[in-house]
Amino acid sequence: MQGDLARDIALVLLADGIVGLSFGAIAVGSGLPMWLPMLLSVLVFAGAAQFLFVGIIAAGGNPVAAVLAGLLVNARHVPFGFAIGDVLGRGWRKWVGTHVMIDETVAFALAQRDAERRKAAYWACGVGLFVCWNVGVVLGAVAGTAVSDTAALGLDAAFPAVLLALVLPSLRDKATGAAALVGVAVALAATPLLPAGLPVLLSLLALPIALVLHEQRARERTASAADPASSGEEASCPSR
Amino acid sequence: MSEQVILIVAVVVLAAGTYALRACGPMLRERVRLPQRAEEAMTLAAVLLLAALVGTAALTEAEGFAGWARPAGVLVGGVLAWRKAPFVVVVLAAAATAALLRLAGVP
Repeated sequence: MQGDLARDIALVLLADGIVGLSFGAIAVGSGLPMWLPMLLSVLVFAGAAQFLFVGIIAAGGNPVAAVLAGLLVNARHVPFGFAIGDVLGRGWRKWVGTHVMIDETVAFALAQRDAERRKAAYWACGVGLFVCWNVGVVLGAVAGTAVSDTAALGLDAAFPAVLLALVLPSLRDKATGAAALVGVAVALAATPLLPAGLPVLLSLLALPIALVLHEQRARERTASAADPASSGEEASCPSR
Repeated sequence: MSEQVILIVAVVVLAAGTYALRACGPMLRERVRLPQRAEEAMTLAAVLLLAALVGTAALTEAEGFAGWARPAGVLVGGVLAWRKAPFVVVVLAAAATAALLRLAGVP
């Protein structure tokens, strides 16, 4: 793996390890048994769902509601799996790779150009995050209130910034960028109205927009290639 | 059932369900050979989801507004990323901006 990719992944591992520390501390601090955040982190391994689950249980909520809320937040892994299913490999690798499929690993894999680098990024980020996240959670649960306020470190801004930096190259494509803006607007508008997890899924309503725009561009391209004389003006413009 | 057993069952059900959601894509992809256009649509879908995650994680907290410090940090990171700054710079600048704004009293 190239040095720049390893360094980028290491930074995300460090940031997520500290968030794991805070997760363990917050869970134990809100009166839950020490084993709960650890068990969740090993078996579920999905930060947003874990925070939600612990929040509902700690507030005296129904465990069934906590499970359903967690599953709803994790539903985005279905489309993620279709997008990056080919980097997992075969046999036992596929089963292990499936478990470490999370936002960061998917974003890192999608941001790589060739298949070899995609695979390397996915596995380094996935296995590294699993280790760092769980070590962080154990330390946080044991140490208690050590770093319960990750906001003071600005780590809540680091997570969206990580994903943004990784998807930005894809968003530079005008059709994808326009569809993404619509998707973000839909998700934000739905956030006060719908349970966590659904608003993000609703951004997929913008998928047809992206597909139609891509289709249109492909057609324009083949048309201008077939008849360069009639589209002289557009051809002189280097942009799409 | 004791409270502890109920909690363990809840965690195991959430874990099994989450694994099943994650496994859908890899399992089905193995069986069905997808046309090139479907592959592109899947990648686009993942990009749209990640973009929506950026938007909601940057601006909202438990169905409400997250305050100004976090989106300001993400915006600084976004501008740097747009100008092709290194990944490490983008992430550290986003965190530092949010942290410094909070230090100055911005929520």
